[in-house]
This record gives sequence, C-alpha cells and structure tokens, in this order.
Amino acid sequence: MPVKTIRQALQEALVHEMRRDPRVVVIGEDVSGGAGTEGGRDAAGGVLGVTKGLIKEFGESRVIDTPITESAIMGAAAGAAVTGLRPVAELMFSDFLGVCFDQIFNQAAKFRYMFGGKARTPLVIRTMIGAGRSAAAQHSQSPYHIFTSVPGLKVVVPSNAYDAKGLLIQAIRDDDPVVFCEHKLMYDLRTEVPDEAYTIPFGEANVVRDGDDVTVVALARMVHYTMEAAEKLAAEGIECEVIDPRTTSPLDEDTILESVERTGRLVVVDEATPRCSMATDIAALVADKAFASLKAPVRRVTAPHTPVPFAPSLEKLYIPDAERIAAAVREVHGYAR
Amino acid sequence: MSAPITAITMPKWGLTMTEGKVVQWLKQPGVSFAPGDELLEIETSKITNVVEADAAGTMMRIVAPEGTTLPIGALLAVIAAPETPAADIDAFVAQFVVAEPSDTATEDATPTAPREVQALGRMMRCLEMGSGDNVPVLLLHGFGGDLNTWMFNQPALCDGRRTLALELPGHGLSSKDVGAGDSVFFTDAIEAALGVLDVQRVHVVGHSMGGALAVSLAARRPERIVTLSLLAPAGLGTEISGNFIDAFVRASRRREAAEALQYLVHDPSLISRAMVEEFLRYKRLDGAGQALETVSRVWFPDGRQAVNLVAELRALTAPVQVIWGRDDRIIPAAQADAAPSTAQMHLLNGVGHLPHMEKAGEVNRLIRAMIG
Repeated sequence: MPVKTIRQALQEALVHEMRRDPRVVVIGEDVSGGAGTEGGRDAAGGVLGVTKGLIKEFGESRVIDTPITESAIMGAAAGAAVTGLRPVAELMFSDFLGVCFDQIFNQAAKFRYMFGGKARTPLVIRTMIGAGRSAAAQHSQSPYHIFTSVPGLKVVVPSNAYDAKGLLIQAIRDDDPVVFCEHKLMYDLRTEVPDEAYTIPFGEANVVRDGDDVTVVALARMVHYTMEAAEKLAAEGIECEVIDPRTTSPLDEDTILESVERTGRLVVVDEATPRCSMATDIAALVADKAFASLKAPVRRVTAPHTPVPFAPSLEKLYIPDAERIAAAVREVHGYAR
Repeated sequence: MSAPITAITMPKWGLTMTEGKVVQWLKQPGVSFAPGDELLEIETSKITNVVEADAAGTMMRIVAPEGTTLPIGALLAVIAAPETPAADIDAFVAQFVVAEPSDTATEDATPTAPREVQALGRMMRCLEMGSGDNVPVLLLHGFGGDLNTWMFNQPALCDGRRTLALELPGHGLSSKDVGAGDSVFFTDAIEAALGVLDVQRVHVVGHSMGGALAVSLAARRPERIVTLSLLAPAGLGTEISGNFIDAFVRASRRREAAEALQYLVHDPSLISRAMVEEFLRYKRLDGAGQALETVSRVWFPDGRQAVNLVAELRALTAPVQVIWGRDDRIIPAAQADAAPSTAQMHLLNGVGHLPHMEKAGEVNRLIRAMIG
C-alpha cells in the first residue's frame, strides 16, 4: 500500500470529495496557492500545500481565495453551508479563532438547533494547531478544547495520515459543522494510506498500543511522544495501553473507561494548556465514571498555564515530551496508598 | 550418511510483516520431532501462531532466545542429525546469511507487492509467489476475505510452481463493483483474471464462498482444473450462521467487528486487535459495505445459503478433497456429507471456520499431498 504524508492524505481527501460532490467548495486565504505571485495560481499549493492542484481541476468558483479576514471566511462559509453548499473553510491558524468566533460559535454551531432541525450546516473548518516552530504565543496554541466545549460543533484531532484522510472525508460528508485540527509539525508524517476514499466514524478512538498496566490517552502529536515513552517503559516492564481518541467531540468515552477499568491507572497527555482542557475533561470523566477502578491518582501531562514561549529553549520545555510522559506513567504505576 | 544441517528462520506471514518475536520454544535442543510437530511460537504485530516442522529432524541449537525480535529470514535455530559435531553447527551459524528480500524476484517465496489484474472492467489484486513448471495453484478466499487469508499457506505451496492468491471484486483492495454478486459473476471474474495471468491448467484451493466458486469454476472448465481442495466450502447445504453474516456485514466499529470475527475461529485469541483493525480498514472503504450487502443478499438471504453446487461437485471427475473444522460455527462440518464418496474427507478437531489459519501446517500438508 502506498505511504503518504498527512499533507498528501488531506489533499487526496479534498480531491475525492470535490469530484464526488459538486457542492463541496474550498474557501480561505490563498487556497489557490500563489495568486499574485510570479508563478501564479497553484504555484504554492496554499500556505500548507494541502490545496495543491485544486484550482486547476475545480476552478475559482470552487476554490475561493479570500481577503485576510477570518470573520468573512467563516461567515461566508457558514451561510453557504446552511444554504446548500458543503464548504471546507480554512482558518489558517486556530489562534485566530477570536476574530471569527461569533460565526463559528454562535452561528454555525447553532443553526440546526435554532431552526428546529430544519437547517443543516455541513461546514468543515480546517485549522492549524500546535507549538514547536518558535512561532510565538499568537501562532502556536492548541485550542481544540475551546471548540470541544461548544455544543453543536464536532472536533477532529488526527495523529497520522491514515486517520487524517478518513476523518476529513467523514467531516465533509457530515451534516454538522466540524472543526478539523491539523498539527503544524505533523504534515510530513508518513503512513500507509489507501488510494481509495474511506471514512472513519467520529467518536471511535484508536487503540494504538495494547497494555495492561497503565492507560495513556494522548491527542495529536502527543500520540507519537507517548508511543516513544511506551516503548521505553515496556523495556522497564511497564505496559501502556495507548488510546488516541481521534475526535474530542464526540469523545469515545467507552474505550477510555473500559481500558481504565482494566488497568486502574490513567495518564492523559495533551499539548494544550491545562485549565478546562481535554486532559482535565478526560480526567473528570474517569473520576466520575470509573472511580472504583482507579488504583492511583490520574496524572495529566500538559503544557503549563502560560502562553507558548518564543525562545526555542523555553518552548522545548513547554511542550510535553516522552520523558515527562514516562515519568508520569512510572509515578502512577508505582503509586501505593 | 548424516542429514544436512538446516535452519529454522523467521517466517514472513503476510505482506506487511517485517519482523517477529520468538514467544516460546516448544522443542528444546536435543529433542527429535516428526513432520507437523510444533517447534516454536512466533508473534507479529498482527498475529501469533506456531511454526510446525516440515520434516523430521532434531533440534540442535536454539539461536534466538525467547523474547527476541528478529527480522524475517533471520536464523532462529539449527536442525541436524543428532551426531552432528558441535563445530559443524558453529560453522553453520557463523556462515549463515540472511536472504535479502528481493523486489522483483519470483524465484523464491518472498512475497512481493500484489499485482493489479485488469479484467472484466475491474481491478483485482493478485499476490503471486513462486515459479516453475509444476501446475500452478489458485487460492480463492471467502466472503469478506482477502489475499491475506493465505499468509500461512501460500509460502508453503510454491515449491516449483506459481501460486496465485486472487482478491475477488468487492474484497480487499480490489474494485468494489460486484455486479450481480452471484456465482456466475465471480466465476466470470476468476476466469477473466486467469486469462490475464496466463494460467491454463490449475489446482484450485477455495475457502468458504471461495470453495463454492472453485466448484463453479471446475464445472465450467473441467479440462483446466486439475485438483480441488475445498476448505469449509459454501454451496453444499442450506445452513449458515445468519447471526455471523448479519454481524459481519453490519459491523462498523471495533467492538462489533471483534465480536463478528470471533465467530470464525475456535480459539478467539487468534483474532488480534490488528486483525480487527485490518477488517475495519477494509469495511471503511467506499463501496465495501455495499459489495458485502449485495453478495450476502444473493448468497445468504434470510440466514440460509441460496447457492447450491452439490450437483456440480458430484459431476466432477478431478480429485477433490474437503477439509473442515469440526467446530465451525459458520457452516456446519456436517455439510461435508454432501460431497461425493470419492472425495477425500478431513475433519479437523479444535478448528473453526478458518482451518488454513487455525491448523496451517496440517492444511498445508493436505494441500501439498493433493497437488503432488
């Protein structure tokens, strides 16, 4: 089976769905990729390279470049969705959600409910998350927990190319607004990806690794650091069960709870800040519904409650790594009352 | 005359296996064994299974201790005659060279990528292994299966011959359009693929629905089918587990898929998480669910089998053997009674619907005896 990057997998998903359904359109800043440059449109394939080739195949009525105005992108996309198109809108950096939050939070997320189920809002918002590039505090956050807290939004946080393609196709076919979070350091990660179109259902976690000692729930880039830690820990005789929820809304509670009922120990790894976060949410879920199974306190491995630092040395300390994850696992594994 | 010194090496089970872990040695140094005896247990990222002895011999030295993970082809142990001097064993181990997997070779058992056969307006994948002048072997998987179902068998069957594991339309990564989904459609597809693959006379091994298709193909082209090995074949009776068919077709989530797949085997531990994930990856493909629904409606409506090939089977003159697990929960082994009295019968204890995976060594020996 061919091996592809996350970037290629996302591009393929867009092409599959744009060919399959003429209502699917792409809208965002420089999605044609190079308008106004010497090379012209498609010279760059979009700032992330994900929309490469789309303008050539589908034309400017379906690949829509916008001004640098997130509120206009999201407003236009939400309106288009509720009136019959299936837009895939790009919010380049999720850090910019502030300037378009009304369109997402109070409009797109509410249409179905406010119109008594008579309206559908098949909108996908692709957006970049994550620290690690010294892009500083305004371009490095991972605010998927903010989207997750809004009823009416679905939220996807893929960790590999196979999942990215299947989840993006699922997102485009879904009749509700979906925020699709892409980690900016993961576009070149490769795995086997079928050429065909396929869908991965929302709300089904991927059990990345089986283990009976400690359950570790990790999101996006943290899945890879967790696997690194799990391999080290296995050499020490500690077997981690690693769960990647893939979507934070809906969240596959059953897979997490069943695992904790077996292991009795939980570590949650989340690149986002800790307050009101996915790590906190999952810890609360387990404390609430699997308390009797717990043999040790739940540990959260997260960023500190501060902005993301610009200095590379500080940023490195800010992001959870395999060492911190392994230390947390050892702590809960060795815990005695 | 002393028996030659031979190696037990890390096998390659399936397309994606690159390494395996030695879980347990079941024969210790100094112990002699007969063909079919279990030598050791190997675990891959997908499956755990035992390696059985091909021939009689004596375990002389274990090179790979339990718990070690090694690449395919790596030396695991040495077999020789008991009187072989230790120095000869030392020299054999020292000189052992791991065979490099080749990208293009068809001369050895190394699976290369499956080729894409264009026939009947569709793409069918076909994994080809082995070469030589002996009559080739065609392997036909069952309903919902794919070419990986033969991972333990194909490498054992390709001495001096081509073996072809064909992936039927609607299955695996082959095109998903199954037309009418009936035995005529699939037999047409197989025949067209054999044409592209330039196969004239052939031994056919078919599992479940693939067994029924083997009979259908033989009835249509009796002059080309040399022998038939039918593993838990469909088409010999009306009974089938409707619960399994429903669960298999419906399953879209991990838990449902795991429950459905458990029906297939006597020992549920054979169904690993990776196998469940592989099955889900197939089912998530556009068109896969529709293909399974179409086929199940034609073949297995209302929890029974609608396709009956008993008359065709009884009219065949080619040698036939029927291999069935006594604990098959999908199609009862009692349906083997419908085969003609001239057919060889092999009912296996402690085996469910996947005899070629659950008792691979025994099934491989039976097939090798049949194809000569």
